[in-house]
Amino acid sequence: MSEHETHGPVDERTHIWDDPKNVQRFLYAFYACLVILVVLDFVIHRHIYHPWERIPAFHALYGFGACWILVVIAKQMRRVLMRDEDYYDGA
Amino acid sequence: MGLDLHPALILVLGGLLAAVTRGNLRKGLLLLTPVLGGLNLLGVEAGARIDWAFLDYTITPLRVDRLSLLFGYLFHLAAFIGNLFALHLEDDDHATAQHVAAQLYAGSALGAVFAGDLITLFVFWELLAFTSVFLIWACNTERSIRAGFRYLVIHVVSGVILLTGALVAAHQTGNLDFGHIGLDGSLTGWLLFFAFGIKAAFPLLHNWLTDAYPEGTATGTVFLSAFTTKVAVYALARGFAGTEALIYIGAVMTCFPIFYAVIENDLRRVLGYSMINQIGFMVCGIGVGTALAVNGAVAHAFNDVIFKGLLFMTMGAVLHQTGRMNGSDLGGLYKSMPITTWLCIVGACSISAFPLFSGFVSKSMVMAAILEEGYVWVWPALLFASAGVFHHAGIKIPFFAFFAHDSGIRTTEPPKNMLAAMFLGAILCVVIGSFPEQTLYRILPFDASYHPYDATHVLTQTQLLFFGAMAFVGLQKTGIYPPELRSVNIDAEWSYRWLGPRLVRGIGGAVARIDSAVREATLGVVRGALGEFQKGHGPRGVLARTWPTGSMVLWVAVLLGALIIFYF
Repeated sequence: MSEHETHGPVDERTHIWDDPKNVQRFLYAFYACLVILVVLDFVIHRHIYHPWERIPAFHALYGFGACWILVVIAKQMRRVLMRDEDYYDGA
Repeated sequence: MGLDLHPALILVLGGLLAAVTRGNLRKGLLLLTPVLGGLNLLGVEAGARIDWAFLDYTITPLRVDRLSLLFGYLFHLAAFIGNLFALHLEDDDHATAQHVAAQLYAGSALGAVFAGDLITLFVFWELLAFTSVFLIWACNTERSIRAGFRYLVIHVVSGVILLTGALVAAHQTGNLDFGHIGLDGSLTGWLLFFAFGIKAAFPLLHNWLTDAYPEGTATGTVFLSAFTTKVAVYALARGFAGTEALIYIGAVMTCFPIFYAVIENDLRRVLGYSMINQIGFMVCGIGVGTALAVNGAVAHAFNDVIFKGLLFMTMGAVLHQTGRMNGSDLGGLYKSMPITTWLCIVGACSISAFPLFSGFVSKSMVMAAILEEGYVWVWPALLFASAGVFHHAGIKIPFFAFFAHDSGIRTTEPPKNMLAAMFLGAILCVVIGSFPEQTLYRILPFDASYHPYDATHVLTQTQLLFFGAMAFVGLQKTGIYPPELRSVNIDAEWSYRWLGPRLVRGIGGAVARIDSAVREATLGVVRGALGEFQKGHGPRGVLARTWPTGSMVLWVAVLLGALIIFYF
């Protein structure tokens, strides 16, 4: 299956994300989008379908909180659930 | 009515021809089969039906309405994309087995959605399992063969439960019709609900999916992701629309798999968990049961086949090119597979429901219907799952495969047919997402107007996703994000993959010990009895002694003497 694969003496060309400056530029643009999205929340008249949506920028807060909590809980789950890769192989 | 052939027949025929043809002829045939099937289906109108009398029952191998037609179109589309993706297979990839199995599998899916009675449904239900398992076994590794057997057993059990439900229905009502069933407390209802639930990967019944799909071939898993679970979604929509329990089952399905997806290392298994999460939205919509909700559920099924297919194709391409599928082994592939990277990002945007991508126009119908019907406590769960799906499928999949740390793997783009199939999937994602009214919404089964593009919806969804991404950036920068590790995570399958074998062994051992103890005790009793017997009857025993004749004469004289005394 891996007939096309070649392990490099890593190829010489530098690619776009090899340069930390490009990563930083991307992140700045991303942060700018976040700011714009929060500002828009106060500019655009949002319809309220669920009582929680009355909270300003509710979806932004919820999205951030949900993902953060998701990862933190999932990481803790590893303590209980994680086993070696061949855990079932001996069964 | 314009019906010439049963829709399943053309694909089955294509499958049989794929067995006996080779080379370019077979390639042409594989592309032509779904196209011809699709054209045939375009000539079939809602209302078409074939009934056969069988003993006292009516068997309906074909029943066409708008609901079955939508899935019919979808399955032809999926078969075409899947065949295009698998077109390069050579004979040493078990190509014939895979091509034949794939066509018969697609044909079985069509047979199931056009089945008008429970017996026909059962037949195609089982055929789905028996045909698709070859797409797992074609890997020909110890792991895939064992996973394939587990997959087969679970699906056969689901079919047997379905058949039992059908027989109970025939016995109680004399009717085998597959229409609305509902959970009214009848045995038939519960049996069919359970049978459909296994195939739809309900919580605790879900591990066949995450077990088997990552073990399929690079091209086979694309087919697997398209048909089995969507037939189950169709069956639930047909039989159990408006069953409230489904709302809660669906909500659980959207939420629990995303935790597993975050810590899972095999990227195709991540997509498996993600698939359960997406089916959860569909199950919720079916549970709500209003026209908007069921439309949303089946529209989401339609989109999911395409965007999940696209994601499985990009991962299949990575597997084909690198031979690896673990997040811990991959990374930096954007340097050598830039086109595949972009196509994966389109799939990721679609599953995450970004505006202008297909997930946005279908998932929101379910969310809106949930609120319309007043399930205010289910909605936050679905919103949590929406953010979560972006996190694991939208960011994790492309990030760990194509970006993250550079794994040093240098490869090339996959074969042209694979790229073409992925392009087709990506184009559909964007076209359906951008022009839903002109495309997907026209073939939805029920009348319910819905307009996904208003300022509120676009803004709130974009906020949810961008700030979800912000959490990812924050977690990465602070080092909290868990690294990809070579591991397995215990799930419900633990009960039959770990506990079950050990229980059987343990119980077997205990039974053997009890058995030998009982044998020992019985032998002891018998030996003791023999010893006692020996005392009396052995060579020196009291009863075996020889007695002298004189003593007998003496005793006779005593008896006679006693007699004389009594008579006088």
